[in-house]
Amino acid sequence: MINIIKARFKKGIAARDIKAGVLPGGSGSCGAELKEMIIKKFGRSLHIRQVDTGSCGACVSEIVACSNPVYDIQRFGINFVASPRHADCLLVTGPVPRNMAKALKSVYDAMPEPKFVITLGDCALDGGVFKDSYYASGPASAIVPVALHIPGCPPDPETIIKSLLGFLSVTS
Amino acid sequence: MEYKEIIAQLKAIPSVEVEERYPDETYILTAPDNFRQACELVNKKAHTPVAMFFARDKRGTGQGFGLYCVFMSTHQFKKWLIVSADIGPVDPRFDSLAKTIYSASLFEREIKEMFGIEPSGNPDLRSLRLHEESWPRGFYPLRKDFKAPDPGIKTEGEYLFTRGEGEGLFEVPVGPVHAGVIGPGHFRFSVAGEPIINLEIRLGFTHRGVEKIFEGKTVEEAVKLSERVSGDSAFGHSLAFCRAIEKISGLVVPDRGLYIRAIFLEMERMYNHVSDIGGIALDVGFGAPANLAAMIKESLQQLNRKLSSSRFLKGVNTCAGVSQNLDGEKTGFLRNELAKITADLKLLNDMLFESASFMDRVDGTGVLRKNTAFDLGISGLAARACGISLDLRKDFCGVYPGVKAKVSREYGGDVLSRLKLRIFEFNESADLIKGYLDNLPRGNIRKDHIQHKTGFGLGYAEAWRGPVLYWVCLDEQARIERCKIVDPSFQNWQGLAFGVLGDIIPDFPVCNKSFDLSYSGADL
Repeated sequence: MINIIKARFKKGIAARDIKAGVLPGGSGSCGAELKEMIIKKFGRSLHIRQVDTGSCGACVSEIVACSNPVYDIQRFGINFVASPRHADCLLVTGPVPRNMAKALKSVYDAMPEPKFVITLGDCALDGGVFKDSYYASGPASAIVPVALHIPGCPPDPETIIKSLLGFLSVTS
Repeated sequence: MEYKEIIAQLKAIPSVEVEERYPDETYILTAPDNFRQACELVNKKAHTPVAMFFARDKRGTGQGFGLYCVFMSTHQFKKWLIVSADIGPVDPRFDSLAKTIYSASLFEREIKEMFGIEPSGNPDLRSLRLHEESWPRGFYPLRKDFKAPDPGIKTEGEYLFTRGEGEGLFEVPVGPVHAGVIGPGHFRFSVAGEPIINLEIRLGFTHRGVEKIFEGKTVEEAVKLSERVSGDSAFGHSLAFCRAIEKISGLVVPDRGLYIRAIFLEMERMYNHVSDIGGIALDVGFGAPANLAAMIKESLQQLNRKLSSSRFLKGVNTCAGVSQNLDGEKTGFLRNELAKITADLKLLNDMLFESASFMDRVDGTGVLRKNTAFDLGISGLAARACGISLDLRKDFCGVYPGVKAKVSREYGGDVLSRLKLRIFEFNESADLIKGYLDNLPRGNIRKDHIQHKTGFGLGYAEAWRGPVLYWVCLDEQARIERCKIVDPSFQNWQGLAFGVLGDIIPDFPVCNKSFDLSYSGADL
């Protein structure tokens, strides 16, 4: 207990100030209707279900880092949930090998409306360095409709949060 | 047994030729009929499990398929012993090693599904990565004449899980999509109430066909690809790969480059170990140290970026050296940050060990016995936690000049042993970095004028999970003809399957986290 209190005072408030970022060009095709709905409904609270479809682990590590005290994604109302039934948004990483295609589709289908999909990392866009693999079953956008893409190999947590906030059109 | 004695006994087998291709690598070429006998001899006399076992398609040069079985001998002498044989191209098969040497089992399944070579007598030939539900039978990707199947071709067959049956026994399937933010994998538990009677792990959900993608690449392209096999071991993988190329082409890395590589290897070890320490705390619901560990990991990753422009140390390793220098300002900054980080880790350590309820969760949980670990071919940290003292930094220390790594081992084989070992290795890495900085030589960081040669060889590095092995063959155009990768996760997942037996299902996440194995490293 004493060490927990010690650490609390030693570290202080670690959270970094993050503002919504300008989305990089070509980062996603999102119709006006969907965008309006997203801003109206999810601007203050977004529940994300993350599904890894064959990534090398770096993108997943950076997503996990978004929840650490330095980036603290929860203060923006964004949470990661355990079940697609609780989710508003599906976050996909990885180039989708053949044996994950069905799982990805099932997770998307299990989510209740309204919902949308975000792909994260170069692999999720078009397969990245694994584009020509014999085991790729098309990028995520061939299986589920993608509203936003966050590029990078991997994108760092600040980029991830800025892109999400920019997409939700939230200024913090 | 001494090296000379083993070689003499091997030569006593008919039609065996021994080639000491490199000072640390000896090839033992046998006839197909004597392959198993030679492998069993090495396994028994050098007291070592199979480290790597793979095939190679040499039908283009009229040599059929090549089989290579790699053993790492560290007891009385330090060498890699590679038993190889060429088998005929028509109806290729070999006598399975799996019944006498268990650590060869997974490799044989891989050979069967990637090449269509039959390991006669292996009782388990289920798919590893090319799952029966999504890949038609009869298509072998690593053959040179392979053509991908049309999407319309029907798949057949079913993967049968080991089942426990009886009153009160239930089967609990978990995955491939998991509840947390983590990679995909399937775990099938057989439970009697809460205690786990059996666990079968089915992986392959992050298979991207990496070894095939390597083929035909130039060395520079391949270094980049090796960093993406397993993202959190980007440095370890690219180091093992570069070492293989440097061995084949006879390239000598300048001393300053070697020391900088050693520093970055320890930095990778540190950020991953602290991430796991935090993960263990998180999986038993102890939030405060989990968050402190996450902050320490974040400082290390920001330090990585400051020194190398990449949070994961990507782009640092290059053939015959490194691409990032550590000048005076950077070394001073590194020393200061390390002092702060090690102080934070001491606080984290005290936080964990002063909590009786935390210690109760981790002490005696997830015990992996030493004999089991040896038979399964477990390597790296998981092996050291069971009392098997293997570390490439100690065993092949010629590549780490000047500064000696202290290697520790624990004997409990439980979550607490793995936790203590991570804390020890974290602090040892910080000390090693200080030692390397104190002795940092001047000069180039990379050899000029690189000329590649044709040939093959084994590159290796003690990455943070364990030894990463890259066996590479370069063709006449200095492109990759074959690249076989073994991440320690490939064999170590079996360690988890045996470690959880007898524990309750709610303890599974903490056991899993204490091993922290790579899905993508195992699946390639």
